[in-house]
Amino acid sequence: MVELLNFFAENRAKLLEQVLEHIGLTFTSLLIATLIAVPLGILITRKPKLAGGVLGFTGVLQTIPSIALLGFMIPLLGIGVKPAIFALFLYALLPILRNTYTGIDEVDDAVKEAALGIGLSRRQLLRQVELPLALPVIFAGLRTATVINVGVATLAAYIGAGGLGEFIFGGIALNNSVMIVAGALPAAVLAIFFDQLLAFLQNLDASKLSRLGKPLLLLVPLLSSAYFWPQAYSPGWSAGFPPEFMGRADGYDNLVETYDLDFNTTIINNSLMYKAVYEKEVDVISGYSTDGRIKAYDLHILEDNRHAFPPYYCVPIMQESLARQHPELVEALDMLAGRIDDSTMTVLNYRVDFDKLSPEQVAEEFLREQGLWKPDRKQGGETLIIGSKIFTEQYILAALFGQLIDGYTDFDVDTRPGLGGTKICFDALRNGEIALYPEYTGTGLQVMLSPPKDTLRKIIADPQAVYDYVSEAFAEQYDIRWLSPLGFNNTYALMMRRAQAEKLGLEQIGDLKDAY
Amino acid sequence: MIKTEGLTRHFGDFTAVDQVSFDLAEGETLALIGPSGCGKTTTLKMINRLIKPSAGRVIVNGTDVTEQPVVQLRRQMGYVIQDMGLFPHYTVAENIGVVPKLLGWAPERIRDRVGALLEQLGLENGAFAQKYPHELSGGQQQRVGIARALAAEPPIVLMDEPFGALDPLTRTQIRQDFMELEELRSKTTIMVTHDIEEAFEMGTKVCLLDAGKVQQLGPPEALLMEPANDFVRAFVSEKAAQLELRATKLGDVFAQLPAELPPGAKTLNLSPRLPLLRAIYKLAKQRDRYPWGEVEHNGQRRYCQFDDLFQLFRKNLQSWSNS
Repeated sequence: MVELLNFFAENRAKLLEQVLEHIGLTFTSLLIATLIAVPLGILITRKPKLAGGVLGFTGVLQTIPSIALLGFMIPLLGIGVKPAIFALFLYALLPILRNTYTGIDEVDDAVKEAALGIGLSRRQLLRQVELPLALPVIFAGLRTATVINVGVATLAAYIGAGGLGEFIFGGIALNNSVMIVAGALPAAVLAIFFDQLLAFLQNLDASKLSRLGKPLLLLVPLLSSAYFWPQAYSPGWSAGFPPEFMGRADGYDNLVETYDLDFNTTIINNSLMYKAVYEKEVDVISGYSTDGRIKAYDLHILEDNRHAFPPYYCVPIMQESLARQHPELVEALDMLAGRIDDSTMTVLNYRVDFDKLSPEQVAEEFLREQGLWKPDRKQGGETLIIGSKIFTEQYILAALFGQLIDGYTDFDVDTRPGLGGTKICFDALRNGEIALYPEYTGTGLQVMLSPPKDTLRKIIADPQAVYDYVSEAFAEQYDIRWLSPLGFNNTYALMMRRAQAEKLGLEQIGDLKDAY
Repeated sequence: MIKTEGLTRHFGDFTAVDQVSFDLAEGETLALIGPSGCGKTTTLKMINRLIKPSAGRVIVNGTDVTEQPVVQLRRQMGYVIQDMGLFPHYTVAENIGVVPKLLGWAPERIRDRVGALLEQLGLENGAFAQKYPHELSGGQQQRVGIARALAAEPPIVLMDEPFGALDPLTRTQIRQDFMELEELRSKTTIMVTHDIEEAFEMGTKVCLLDAGKVQQLGPPEALLMEPANDFVRAFVSEKAAQLELRATKLGDVFAQLPAELPPGAKTLNLSPRLPLLRAIYKLAKQRDRYPWGEVEHNGQRRYCQFDDLFQLFRKNLQSWSNS
């Protein structure tokens, strides 16, 4: 509880921004859904033959899992606000549509007959009788849609649309439950608040409601625009950073401190941020230097002239006891030592991200090329579980490790890729839930060890010194062994579109400050 | 004033209304009666075009009803239904004022009209006007329904089982109040009912339908005296005695009433539509305050005392028993 309050206190500005974005996402989609669903609902009461089809179709939309729906939106609408609002809009359609239809349909037939009989036109019947009487039911639909949207809007952060999901995804990536609650709790409070507000309005009688109606109608676009308030007031480069980067010691805070920069940050999934910068949703991202998409999207890496980031040489790590018991494992993995340099890794990533090969195919292709590939011994031996974090490179490495161990040892390999962030992998390794996974020296240094500042300053520019420091400290503190480095350095790197960088003459991270 | 010619309506293979024709003069009341499913409601709804006829036509004041906009047509025809259909979100006053408001009456004029109607229907104005339909009893709701139908002073009133949803006591009471409504005397009314006593009491003409066809159309006593076929005979025979008592109206004996009134005598206004028996009952009850009754019929005035009416009633009874 105290931790949570502290977190809120430290992240006041961020929290406010996320809440506003969240409200904006919810109400923009709700507004569009209402503008479409209410007239459509009225139409299908007039043409009952359409009702089944229309309600059925929106019902099907409702059953698509939200995260999948967001995924479908990416190729259609890209990333950021547009697809998020569109997905939320689709979710809000059904409750509003169904309740509009039901509300009007359920108006007493005698009342409708009398109204027509005494000479109201169809239009007058709708405006003076049906709509006012259906209003409470329509409101109930709006309530349902609002609560659904407040909930689903937490997923918007997955595609870089902001909102309270930023804390939640960050918390999951960093295995930080305080941060998860810091996002989930305000979302729940928002849902309850808006639900109760609408419940209050729903229970007012029709005449009071219609008197309040006009100011309320103005309120909705106002709330919808909340999304844009934070953007209007926060200066700095518009940047897309993945949740893990935001929370790591070597990540965002370190960058800002080292270079004294201002960023207007959007949290975005690390597999989508390259697309985001390419599509000009943001101007700067914290990519990985070996990613295949740097080449594909023609991105320019800004030189880390003040060494904000340590070297990140990739190394398989495993429990010391396992390494000692099974030297053949170490031998098999050591075959990769120094064989993959930066450009090789970039190509491998590219093969998966753009040529759409599976990580296993790419791993096998590489091993055959290197003359290291051997078929699985299939001895039905002990099962060894290999983990990986949730991005392309780690999937490929897990497949490489798996194929080597299958080919050169009696172990049966089971891979468990995509375990989320660093913390999750590392905890799984320590608990013995996985036997090994690929880690990076800089990450071990900054995330797990956080050495004192002066030690850090001494070693940070020297890859070998960092490797020595982490392998020694890990052996001592965690009984975990760092095997031989694979050869490439996948460092955090700030990158932007080449065209923009060249136009502004930006080469180093330090140049960002003056250029803004 | 209202005329139908060969009005017919099919629903799929089923013929609900089959060649119904009648002609109604201004001020007359036609009671459409018959067993359930005989087509009486369908006939009524074809008059204000809630249902489109399959064949035949409806002529009001010499014009085919399809020749004018449906909304205008309906605003000239008050409409009362069994389930009342009051607007639950409107107050009594707003309910009654709906059509005048649509017609663009000034607010004061609507207010006065609503007040006058409430008074005529025996509902207090004031607080009552601000109530919502769910706060009213069934009888009050039905009165408001009637007031709403009459609000814009339509020359024609259509009523579908107007008292059908009420308990027998309330029903008799409202029916009586209704018949005495000053407003209604000049109106041409078509009402649907399955209650034969009601039809005989209220209708200047009765139209008995069965299976969509007119079995007999004529003044109430004609159905009693000269039934057109066995169906009519069977339909009226069970309640013949009660019907006879209701069939004779003050208007029917108007010519036999005294034309002079002693100076200064206090009179009770009686509708020419009032059955003779009811008029006797009313005068008997109020004999002390109003020794004389006054009847206005076709622009003439006649007067009567309890004894006059009682003698006429005996005479009638004898003539029936002789026939």
